[in-house]
Order: sequence, then C-alpha cells, then structure tokens
Amino acid sequence: MNQRVWSFLVPLLSVIVALIIASFVILMIGKNPITAYAALVRGALGSKMAIASTIVKTTPLILTGLAVGFGFRAGLFNIGAEGQMIMGAMAATAFAINVGWMPAVLAIPLTMLVGMLAGAGYASIAGFLKAKTGAHEVVTTIMLNWIADYFSSYVVTVPMGVGFGTPKSPEIASSAKLPPLMVVQATELTSGIIVAVLAAVFIKILLDKTSKGYELKAAGFNPYAAEYGGIKLAENIVLAMAISGALAGLAGTLEVMGVHHRFLGTLSGGKGFDGISIALIGQNNPIGIIFAALLMGALRNGSNEMQFVGVPKHIIMIVQAIIIFLVAADRIVRTIFLRKKVAK
Amino acid sequence: MRLFLALIDIFTNPAFYKLTLTAATPLIFASLGGVFSEITGVVNIALEGIMLMGAFVSVVFTWLTGNAWIGVLFAILVGIGMAWLHAWASITWRGNQIVSGTALILLAQGVTGFLMEPIFGRPGQTDIVGKIPEVKIPLLMKNRFLAQSIGELSPMIYMAFASVFIAWFIIYKTKLGLRMRAVGENPEAADTLGVNVYAVRYFGVLMSGVMASLGGAFLSVGEVGNFRELMTGGRGFIALAAMILGNWNPVGAMWASLLFGFSEAFANQLQSSPLLRVASTTKPLFNMFPFIVTLIVIAGFIGKTRPPAADGVPYEK
Repeated sequence: MNQRVWSFLVPLLSVIVALIIASFVILMIGKNPITAYAALVRGALGSKMAIASTIVKTTPLILTGLAVGFGFRAGLFNIGAEGQMIMGAMAATAFAINVGWMPAVLAIPLTMLVGMLAGAGYASIAGFLKAKTGAHEVVTTIMLNWIADYFSSYVVTVPMGVGFGTPKSPEIASSAKLPPLMVVQATELTSGIIVAVLAAVFIKILLDKTSKGYELKAAGFNPYAAEYGGIKLAENIVLAMAISGALAGLAGTLEVMGVHHRFLGTLSGGKGFDGISIALIGQNNPIGIIFAALLMGALRNGSNEMQFVGVPKHIIMIVQAIIIFLVAADRIVRTIFLRKKVAK
Repeated sequence: MRLFLALIDIFTNPAFYKLTLTAATPLIFASLGGVFSEITGVVNIALEGIMLMGAFVSVVFTWLTGNAWIGVLFAILVGIGMAWLHAWASITWRGNQIVSGTALILLAQGVTGFLMEPIFGRPGQTDIVGKIPEVKIPLLMKNRFLAQSIGELSPMIYMAFASVFIAWFIIYKTKLGLRMRAVGENPEAADTLGVNVYAVRYFGVLMSGVMASLGGAFLSVGEVGNFRELMTGGRGFIALAAMILGNWNPVGAMWASLLFGFSEAFANQLQSSPLLRVASTTKPLFNMFPFIVTLIVIAGFIGKTRPPAADGVPYEK
C-alpha cells in the first residue's frame, strides 16, 4: 500500500485501537463502555449547545496542535506549548486591560500581536539555548513550562489579581474582546475559530509554498545536508521555535479575548500537551491538524458528560497516550493490519 | 542584612541538610535510571511517568497490604512493565523514543488520575496510608547536629546511595557494563563482535524502570505516606538534567542530583524562613528556583559533557 494512504490510515487506526483498549479499562472499573461512549458522543455532539462548546474547545487546540506540528516539521519537539500559551495569554491580558481608549479595529489585532510576541519570545529562549549550546528543547521547554506555571500563579494573585476564589485578573477592555459568531443558549461561539483556521492555512502556505518553509523543513529533515547546502541551522532553529511559540501564544490569547475575557490561573489546563497528540494524529499537516483538533475537542468536551455516568475524564488522557504510543511506533499498527490483509 | 541572617540561619540548621538529602533521593534514583537506559543508547524521557506510576502503585499496595515495602516491590514491578512498553516501542519496533516517552508520561498521568476515584473514593489526593519508618543510627545520635541532619533517615535514602555504587560497579567493572557501553557507542561494532544489541538495550531500559519507580515510591511511601495527583512535579525531567550534568556517569549523576536537591531545599527553607516573613502569595516565585537553576545548569554544561554516540538512534540489524 502506498505511503500517502498509510500516513492517513495509521492515525485513524490508532484512534480506533485506543478507543477499544480504553473500553477494557472502563470495563475494569465496572462500568459499561457503551454507556460511557454514548455519553461521550452526546456530550460532544448531542445538541446545538454541545456542538458550539466543542468548537470553542477546538479553537485553542488547533493552534497548540499547529505549534507542535510546525516544530516537528522543522525537526524540533516543542513540548513547551503549555508554557508559551500561558505567557502569551498573560501578556495579552496585561495589554488588553489597558486599551479601553482604542477602537476595536486596533485593539483586537494589537492584542493578538502582543500575545504572539510573548509566546514567540518565550519559546525563543529554548531555541536560542539549542542553537547556542545544543541543550535539548524537550528538557528546556519542560523547565520553561514549570517556570511559566509558577510565575503566572504569582502574577494572577498579586500584581494582577482581583476578587476572591479562583485567582483571576480583571476583565479586559471591551474593545479587545472578540465578538462572538453567535450565541447558542449560554455558550458564545467564539470567532477565534476563524483566526485558528486562518493560522492553519497560513502555516500550510508557509511550509509548502515559500522558500523559507523549504529551508525550515530541510533543516529539520537532515540538518547536516541542509548546512552543507548553505542553510544557517542556528538561525532556523530560533526562527522555528519562535513561530511555534507564537502559535501557542495565540492559542492562549484567543482564550482570553474570545472565551474568558480575563486571565485565569487554570487557563492552559493541558491544552499545550494535547497539541502533541493532535500534531501526531494530524501527521503534522496543518489541514490534518484542524480535524485532529476537532476530534480532541470533541473528546475533551464529551468527557465531561462521561463523568456523569461515573467514568473519570482521565480516560481521555489514556486514549491520547495510546494514540501517541501507536503513532510513535507506527510499525506496530502497520504490522497488525498488514498481517490481517495478508491472511485474507 | 535580614537576608544575610536568614541565610546563616538556614545553613546552620541541621534540618536543611536532611531536607537536601530527602529532595535529592528521588532525583538520584531517577537519574540512575536515565544513565542505565541512555548508556545503552535509548533515550528515556518517560522517567517522569514511571516515577508517577511508582508513587501511585506503592501507595495502593501499601494501603492494601499494610506493608510499605510490599508497596515498593509492586512499584518496581509496574515500573518494569512501563519500561518494557518503552523498550518494546523503541527497540523492537524502532519507534521514535521521545514520542514514546511522552506517551508513557501521559499514560501515567491518565491512569493514576483515572484510578483515584474508583480506588480511594475521591480525586486529588489519597489518605495517609503509612510510610517506611526512618531508621536511627545510634552512633550519630550523640551529636545534636549530626542527629538532626543524618542521624535519622529513611532507609530508602541509603538505598539510593547504595544504588549509585551498584550502578557504577555494573557499568564500569563488569562484562555486562562493557557491553552496555559498547552498544550505546557503536551498536554495529558490538553486533559484529557477537553482542546481542537488543537484549543489552532491553536490560538498560528495564533497569531504568526499576530505578525511576523507586524514585517515585520514595516520594510517596518513603517521604509523605500518601499520593497526590501529579506529585512528581517535573522531577523526572530534573533527573534527566542531572544525568546530563553528571556526564552519563552514576557518580556524576549523584552529585548533580545533590545539587538540585540542595536548590530545592534552599528554596523551601527560604520561603518558610521566620526571619524573612515571605508572604504566602509570593511563594510561587520561590518554587521557580529549582527549575531556573536546572535551566541554567543545562545551558552552561551541555556540550561540555558528552552523550553516548548512539544515544536515541534505533538500531536496525
């Protein structure tokens, strides 16, 4: 079977295998997997409100998926989308609180720009360290995640904190809020989804149609050959990390502008890590990533409904883990299904 | 001036040194795990996940059997199981080792979170289920400073230091160790000389499972006696940094772990110092400290230390 079909089939089959294995896990705690999965589908797609809320959850996931996927294409494993998302959201909030005097045409793009720059800058630290010293980006971005996490929990309680209960910042100026596409019952369908899809198209064009994209891919695919061919590796590493971080920063920014209208301590909530599974399921292709994000958004959204039938929503993490594992060792999947084909 | 007094107060306090040892122990275990795996050429970032699983499983079996050592034993078994999954994906199936490691971290976070409610009835954290008692060394109890710093420690701390010696002995003084290093440096040559590359790599990765799960078990039944969700808090990655800083050598990894343990204990003591009266809201800033130290150390030392030549490269016959 040819390579293109496989690159599409492996993630799909991985998802199916993962859901099957997870159903045994659900059986193990004495629940009915069919009831659980029915609740999952109902929670994700069962009503207009459920669909709207799935799309809201998908929006940041497209961007964190793009952040990780773009990194992969350039030969970098950006596991720090979580921290970059936090830094982007925090900087965007600090900016957007103070732009009440600005008209929305200015305030909206400028807030996005600030969030993207913060994410890009934060990711560049890891890019710079890799280019200068060879420090592996997996270890450095994990350290940066923890630093961002603790730093933001300080910022959101002391310098920015308002009110009681969950640490939160004041609301951003209304000129910086993204207008909702429509309101389905209490759920506002954020127009951030349009921004996210446009970002995917932009990355697709950058990777496939520009010479810079070609350079980044070449540096990722075979750094030695690329360097021999005159591509500056160090420069490309920093640039690729910065673009990846900008996408993650935008994910956090859109959460602030379109959903919460303020910075919250729990804003990222694992969305950066979801980006890894999304990039792998989408095979690092921006258009594939949109659909993978939709799948993950639906799983995340539906998992709340699953809690009501007594299945902890952590099951989604287990499903993700199995998918990532199978995509990492994709020969397992190929062998399982090819052997069956041969037997027929 | 007040900061200076606080520093003197911290460094003359025997409890600070005990805290340093306690903070370093899980890192020593896990970084030895990293050494065992990477010396044979398999990158194992799943340490964080194996530790988390070890912390959870040891609490579950301590709770079931009432004996914390049985808990530790089961943690080791599950740790070997997790490591086997990583070995299977990355050696047998020649998968991407970093992606497989990420999957195992997520698996550990998912499984431990998933089983909290069915087993313990509530999410977040478990009750105190009991822990391994500390042992007193009578000779050290005579001096107040020694008694309060190293006179009464968890036996697992001694195990950690013993493991350093055992790991060093295996890797540098036995035939098996020679093969492990050969396979990590040049698998083709080792294969030609009749070394079973896959078997040696499996041994390295499975040993990393043993070590990392011991580190996790120490965090729960060795130290506090219960399990909290995500309680490893990035220590698996700090252990990886300790392994790098220690130049993939067990003794070096131990010193690096002690350095990181020191920085964790220091940040801890500083924020609870009665002389400084740190507001509880600024405490997160102190928690950043060990991670910043790690980041600086990695940036400063990497390149000066050298990984095994075939580290992270799948071997195809």
